[in-house]
Amino acid sequence: MRRVAVVGAGQTKFSGAQPRTNTELFTEAALEAFQGANLKNKDIQALLIGNVLSDYEEGQQIAHTYIAENLGLSNVPANTYDGACASSSVAIRDAFIWIASGMYDIVLVGGMEKAASMGTQLATHTYAMYVDRYYENPTGITFPGIFAMLAHLYAKTYNIPIELLKEYMALTSVKAHKYGSKNPKAHLQRELTVEKVFRSPMVCQPLNVYDCCPFSDGASALILASEEVAKKVTSKPVYITGVGQASAGGLASQQTHLPHLIAREIAVKQAYDMAGVTPRDIDVCELHDSFSIAEILAVESLGFFEYGQGGAAIAKGETEIGGKIVFNPSAGLKAKGHPVGATGAAQVYEIYHQLREECGETQVPSAKIGLTDAMGASGNIHCNLVLQRGW
Amino acid sequence: MESKITVKEYLAALKENRLLGLKCQQCGFVTTPPRAACRKCAGFESKVVELSGKGRITTFTSVYIAPQDRQGKTPYLVVMVELDEGPWIMGNLSGIAPNQATIDLIGKRVTMNNLLISGKPNPENIPSPMFVLDN
Repeated sequence: MRRVAVVGAGQTKFSGAQPRTNTELFTEAALEAFQGANLKNKDIQALLIGNVLSDYEEGQQIAHTYIAENLGLSNVPANTYDGACASSSVAIRDAFIWIASGMYDIVLVGGMEKAASMGTQLATHTYAMYVDRYYENPTGITFPGIFAMLAHLYAKTYNIPIELLKEYMALTSVKAHKYGSKNPKAHLQRELTVEKVFRSPMVCQPLNVYDCCPFSDGASALILASEEVAKKVTSKPVYITGVGQASAGGLASQQTHLPHLIAREIAVKQAYDMAGVTPRDIDVCELHDSFSIAEILAVESLGFFEYGQGGAAIAKGETEIGGKIVFNPSAGLKAKGHPVGATGAAQVYEIYHQLREECGETQVPSAKIGLTDAMGASGNIHCNLVLQRGW
Repeated sequence: MESKITVKEYLAALKENRLLGLKCQQCGFVTTPPRAACRKCAGFESKVVELSGKGRITTFTSVYIAPQDRQGKTPYLVVMVELDEGPWIMGNLSGIAPNQATIDLIGKRVTMNNLLISGKPNPENIPSPMFVLDN
């Protein structure tokens, strides 16, 4: 297998509803990536895109072909990946495999979404289509509902009073918003307090509005290249050294492992093993904090804290800059925003700049090894990537 | 190989308050809602069984912000139940006020009673298991 590097990265500002099309959003992100990579559209040999709801968002199917045309990509193969909230991570992993195999040298990969443009009602409805249609959806469950159930199960399993867990969860959101206030591309840039989290409306007991990430519009794009190409176009390539992906069925089918999500633990082990690293080696991690409880579950499953200890560790500040390990200096899904198809590639966008030490105020000092963690639906899809400095 | 129970047959039985599952002929685990492969050992040899509909709540939530087709019906309770035969199943809980639910619900014994439901459960008329607390 050949080594594969990220040589360029772009991201639009993540936002609420805005007038540009999915094609326009992705194009903006892609042009930023081209600029960083010193590559041209004619150099791209394939386009892999993460997107889940362009049909509902703007009545558009196969958006990837129109994006390829808009970018002048010369009739290259173009695919869309639906991995729910992990879509563009899954696309990146496939782009990695395409290049590692030797069949392609330069692939444009990323994703986009106009989730906010759908409005809360339609967005909630379409997201609910990602639970099992016949066995789960008829209960009226939603994704906040899924994670609300995991929060209650977590509190019971680890004997943490629900009031204390709610405080840990609120502090997780407060942390995200703090970094959001420092990221000009974040959807939510206002700082938050624990009191404000508690006062916000209930979504699904015990999750309040500020325990949940927003619906966002936005796009992100990366250029992946073989080592041979990477050495020619940049002095600071960021290598993808480990990848992992796994799937699972409905929440009930994961019963032996809940409240933790089994597919995450399988996927991240693959990524760690392939890269030859352990959680202790990771300097910075962008993880899937779609809900405050989701971050607590993630930091434990990724191997950074024991089961039942993640909430307290986050509350103590162990996961902020200057702490044991830094999670989501970009502000994560919670405050940077969650334009579903764009999210996974936006995680890599942040790690790419962190490893290149280009993050200013939110730079993790001397970050050399990064991890991304993307989760789709009720833990149905998981994809993890390990990234390392190539210089 | 044909499915031992189609989704249509499983849902029709649910409306009659009968919970069907598939008992694995290799490991004995009962999978419900039905899947071609056993949830535990992934074997395909199974036999249709009718379950007791009894179990205990493992977790729950009250949904306050609902999908479009459930606006006006909030809040409502969604529960995960560990059935006495082993499998966990997602369903709804009736008989207590959703805004009065506390974490003490976890561990409580429940029994499925889909005959409690009057009218269509949702616009597509697809039923879900409806549980009530045992006394």
